[in-house]
Amino acid sequence: MSDFFPRLRNSRTAVWAATALVAAVLVLLPFVFGQMGNAWVRALAFALLYIMLALGLNIVVGFAGLLDLGYIAFYAVGAYMYALLASPHLTANFPWIAQTFPDGLHNSIWLVIPLGAGLAAAFGILLGAPVLKLRGDYLAIVTLGFGEIIRIFLNNLNAPLNITNGPQGITLIDPISFGAFSLAKTQSILGIELPSVHLYYYFFLILAIVTIVICIRLQDSRLGRAWMAIREDELAAKAMGINVRNVKLLAFSLGATFGGVAGAMFSAFQGFVSPESFTLNESIIVLAMIVLGGLGHIPGVVLGAILLAIFPELLRHTVGPVQNFLFGHVIVEAEVLRMMLYGLAMVLIMLYRPKGLWPAPEHGINPSNRRVAGKAQAG
Amino acid sequence: MRGLNAARGRMDTFIQQTLNGLVLGSMYSLIALGYTMVYGILNLINFAHGDVLTVGALTALSTILFLQAAFPDMPGWLVMLTGLLAAIPVCVVLSLVIERVAYRPLRNAPRLAPLITAIGVSIVIQTVAMLVWGRSYMTFPQLIPDAPVTYGEATITLTKLMVIGLSAAVMIGLMLLVNRTRLGRAMRATAENPRVAGLMGVNPNFVIAMTFAIGASLAALAGVMLAATYGVAHFYMGFLPGLKAFTAAVLGGIGNIPGAMLGGLLLGLIEALGAGYIGQLTGGVLGSHYQDIFAFLILVLVLIFRPSGLLGERVADRA
Repeated sequence: MSDFFPRLRNSRTAVWAATALVAAVLVLLPFVFGQMGNAWVRALAFALLYIMLALGLNIVVGFAGLLDLGYIAFYAVGAYMYALLASPHLTANFPWIAQTFPDGLHNSIWLVIPLGAGLAAAFGILLGAPVLKLRGDYLAIVTLGFGEIIRIFLNNLNAPLNITNGPQGITLIDPISFGAFSLAKTQSILGIELPSVHLYYYFFLILAIVTIVICIRLQDSRLGRAWMAIREDELAAKAMGINVRNVKLLAFSLGATFGGVAGAMFSAFQGFVSPESFTLNESIIVLAMIVLGGLGHIPGVVLGAILLAIFPELLRHTVGPVQNFLFGHVIVEAEVLRMMLYGLAMVLIMLYRPKGLWPAPEHGINPSNRRVAGKAQAG
Repeated sequence: MRGLNAARGRMDTFIQQTLNGLVLGSMYSLIALGYTMVYGILNLINFAHGDVLTVGALTALSTILFLQAAFPDMPGWLVMLTGLLAAIPVCVVLSLVIERVAYRPLRNAPRLAPLITAIGVSIVIQTVAMLVWGRSYMTFPQLIPDAPVTYGEATITLTKLMVIGLSAAVMIGLMLLVNRTRLGRAMRATAENPRVAGLMGVNPNFVIAMTFAIGASLAALAGVMLAATYGVAHFYMGFLPGLKAFTAAVLGGIGNIPGAMLGGLLLGLIEALGAGYIGQLTGGVLGSHYQDIFAFLILVLVLIFRPSGLLGERVADRA
């Protein structure tokens, strides 16, 4: 937690107190938001998914400095993988699969998460390998093209073999369950009735925290420093003995991993996937999150993801009524206004606050100083 | 006899798709010129270029609809011309504003920064266009008499012939401008080295603004052509052609003006022929709805095997 509260770094009690406080707030949050309706808890759960996505993209864009505009493709890969493995779609369309699995396809979460991570990582390498030598702006266009290609395939792979069911998407996807404990039903824990959205919220919270911890550990690691070295000056990094090719591929595949897992969770949570959820706009929204929060700075990215994920819910409840009150009818739809504000935010942030709302302390991090200081204290 | 007819049928398909490809390609070329000139000078992908095109087409559409309502007797070509003449200044002003607001302050910033503002600007223009013109597809009126010119089974409309002819004329004009005039020399000098060009008495800001203005005019022209050829216009129409035109610019060698023209034509031909034949080639597994994939595949292949493009020279990495 000390990375989240740099000022408190020297006081162990303060860090623990802050951690306990944050934990209490996070646990109680859905009950507070639940007062306003389950849609808000749902928005919170989505915010947690977006945190995973944004942190994954942050590895590629923020740490390694490779602008990836097709990131949502990995989300799509994860989502469709789960959808295919846990819905009646494949068994309905392919008799031999129905014969192999007479009870239908249902897969445990313990299989799906590693599989989603692995598949997305493979796609990350698939994308990364041919574009390794490209400069930033070419890379942006190629990744964008990659995202579009994946979406076009998802849209059209319903003939001659119906794999993705085309634009209609796949429905009846199993919810997440641990053995008999299903997140789709209201469960009572310690005498408290928890509706399904709350359960998903807590599950995604755990995943998001795991993601944050992994990202912090990565950032401080040898690999993280190599990414930042490449971001600052690729030639110099190479001269210092960094294997630029491998390190970049690792950035792509590790970044994709989080996207894949988040995608699998998304399709379980929704119970439905279609290519419409994976448009370029989605990639840009995730990019807007990390730009707004602070490129390369984990707390900033988390903040950006939360702000931009909750924001549409806020807009939906304010824009319509306010316009109805002022003009008698709705002129600007919330969704349109949201995209416009995201676009404006990206421009304004880059112009006036290029390091984001919660910028990194000074040039990323400074791990060596901290370690030395820690040793001096211990000694 | 039947074999001969079949052979002629195949030939006609080929000619038809080639003509379609040339029409599409000339429009890609016009758009690609805007990308390539800006990239040549600023090393910046002007992501909003495709959206400038949208605004051009929609402005022309509004003007045309207004003229048709106000002066029903006006000849079609004059209405079209007025629409185009209204679209060009709007696009030029829009482009200059974008350059001034979103790109100029970031000229010395890290490369990622102007790229992100460019994406932001692109989204803002799209949403504003959606607010002004609505989100539905609008019919672009048929103003040029749609007399088909036939050759065997292959036909081409007058509009399409005009697209090819006009694009060729504009591109020749642009070549003359760049190679023969004082402004053209200043542009080439700035592309070579902005600082030295400045020392030689060139005002780089002026040259950059002019580059954006020329690119925007070409985009307006391409937008009107696109809408007239396919008969529809909507708020998102410029984005995909913009991306493909960027691919065309890379294919020809980014920063290289004849390269953009060649790349555009080639890409148009590849797309049209590819869409026409992909069904046969893959035994019906992939259909013509995969047309959009070609551009991106070509982009990836070019960047892997010949990153400097067909006509481009190898440049040192300035990243």
